[in-house]
Amino acid sequence: MTGCAASTDRVSSSLGDTPLELHPQVALRPEPFGALAYHYGNRRLVFLKHPDVVRVVRQLGNHPSLDDTLRACDINPKRWTSFATAIQSLITSEVVRERSITG
Amino acid sequence: MSAASLVEQMKGGLDAPICLTWELTYACNLQCVHCLSSSGQRDERELTTAEAKAVLDELHDLQVFYINIGGGEPMVRRDFFELLEYSIDRGIGVKFSTNGAFIDAEKARRLAAMDYLDIQISLDGIDRATNDAVRGEGSYDMAIRAMDNLRDAGFGPFKISVVVTRHNVDQLDEFKALADHYGAQLRITRLRPSGRGADTWHELHPTNAQQRQIYNWLLAHGDNVLTGDSFFHLNALGDESLPGLNMCGAGRVVCLIDPIGDVYACPFVIHEEFRAGNVRNAGGFTEVWKRSDLFTELREPQSAGACASCGSFDACQGGCMAAKFFTGLPLDGPDPECVSGHADHDLALVGAGTAPRPAMDHSKPVRVSLSKRPVLT
Repeated sequence: MTGCAASTDRVSSSLGDTPLELHPQVALRPEPFGALAYHYGNRRLVFLKHPDVVRVVRQLGNHPSLDDTLRACDINPKRWTSFATAIQSLITSEVVRERSITG
Repeated sequence: MSAASLVEQMKGGLDAPICLTWELTYACNLQCVHCLSSSGQRDERELTTAEAKAVLDELHDLQVFYINIGGGEPMVRRDFFELLEYSIDRGIGVKFSTNGAFIDAEKARRLAAMDYLDIQISLDGIDRATNDAVRGEGSYDMAIRAMDNLRDAGFGPFKISVVVTRHNVDQLDEFKALADHYGAQLRITRLRPSGRGADTWHELHPTNAQQRQIYNWLLAHGDNVLTGDSFFHLNALGDESLPGLNMCGAGRVVCLIDPIGDVYACPFVIHEEFRAGNVRNAGGFTEVWKRSDLFTELREPQSAGACASCGSFDACQGGCMAAKFFTGLPLDGPDPECVSGHADHDLALVGAGTAPRPAMDHSKPVRVSLSKRPVLT
C-alpha cells in the first residue's frame, strides 16, 4: 500500500472531483480475488484485484465524484491514493470512463 | 495483489472459464496433418441445435464473456449462424476459427454486420507450398479468398492464426506483414502432438534453435501479436517473460467442449484421462466445471516432479501437459520441447507406438500423411 501518511479526503484535485462510471460496454464477473472485467468493445479482459475495488467501481455512477464514491463506500482515506492509482489504470484500459453530466 | 499471487489464484480455478473452446463439429472439408481433434467426419452423437442452445444458456448464467468456436470446420454446421446469433444475443461474444472455405462475399457481409464477433482464419504458410503441405491442396487460396472477402465486406480487424512449425518459423515477419496488409491481427500458436498432430509432431515441431528464434521474435513483437499464452515454456530462455499469464490454464481457466458434449481440460487433450464429464449429464456444463473430480484435482497444487531441481521451473512451469502426455512423457517432468534439453533423454527412450493415442479419430477413411503429399512446384 502506498497511501500517504496524511489523512486526506481528496485523492487528487483532478481525478478525485471527476464524475466517473463503469464503461457501459464492460461486464463484471465476481471472482474470489475480486472480479474479471470484460470490455465487449475492445475485447480486453482486465483483473480487478480486490473486492473493495469492485465495490467502488460498481458505485462510481451513483455518486458525483470519485471522492464521494470512496466516502460512500467507507474506504479508509489512507487507501485513497492507491484507489486513485487503480482507478486511473482502469480508465486507461477503458473499464471506467468519465461520465458526462448532461440533462 | 501482485501479479504472482493473481496467477496463484487462477491456478486454484475460477468460478467460470475465461477461455472456453467449443468445437461444434468433427466434420471438416480439410484434413490438416496436425489437426488437434483428428477431424474429418461428423459424429452422429453431435449436440443438436436445442442442446447447443441449452449450453449457451448455461454459459450466459455463468457469465462467460466469450467463447472460441472451432471444429472441425464450424461453418459446416447448418445451424452455424443460428447458434452464432443466439450466443451473441445472450451477451456471449464469439471468436470462431475457420479455414475460410465458406466465407464467400455474401457470408462475409453477413458476418460483418454482427457485433461481438471475431474471426480467425487459419494459415500455416505464407506461400501456397508451405501452407498446403500441412493443410491440404487448395487451402492457401481458400484462406486468402476469405480474407479478401472479409476485407471487401468491411469486417474490420479479423485474425490470421498460424501454428508455428519447423517450415514456417522463418516466415513470421512475412505473416506479420500479411496481417498488416489486411489490417488484421496476427495470432501464432504452438504445435501440439495432439490429434493427428501426434503422427506429425516429430517432423514438424520447431528445432531447439528455432524455439529461441520464436522467443526473440515474440519479445520484439509480442505486444501486437496474440499467442493464447501458448509459448510460456519458452520463458526459460531468458530473464524477460513473454506477455501473458504464463501458466497452464487447463481445467482452471480454460476448457474444451467437444462436438458430442464431452468436456476436456483443454483443447489439446482429447483423451479419456482428461475428460471431466459431459454437458448432457445431470447438472450440465456447470456441474462439470465446478465439481468434476478431474478439474478439482487440476486446481490443486501440482508437483514439479523431475523439474523441481531446475532453476527455470518458475519461468517455464514445466511446460505443456498435452505435449508431455502425447509424446509419452511423465506429466511431472519436462516438456518435450524443454529449451534446456532436459526431456531429450526420456524422449529418446519412449518406444515407438507406446505414447497414448488420441481418444477419438474422425479422420476421413483415406489418410494422407505428410510424407505422401505430392511435391508442389
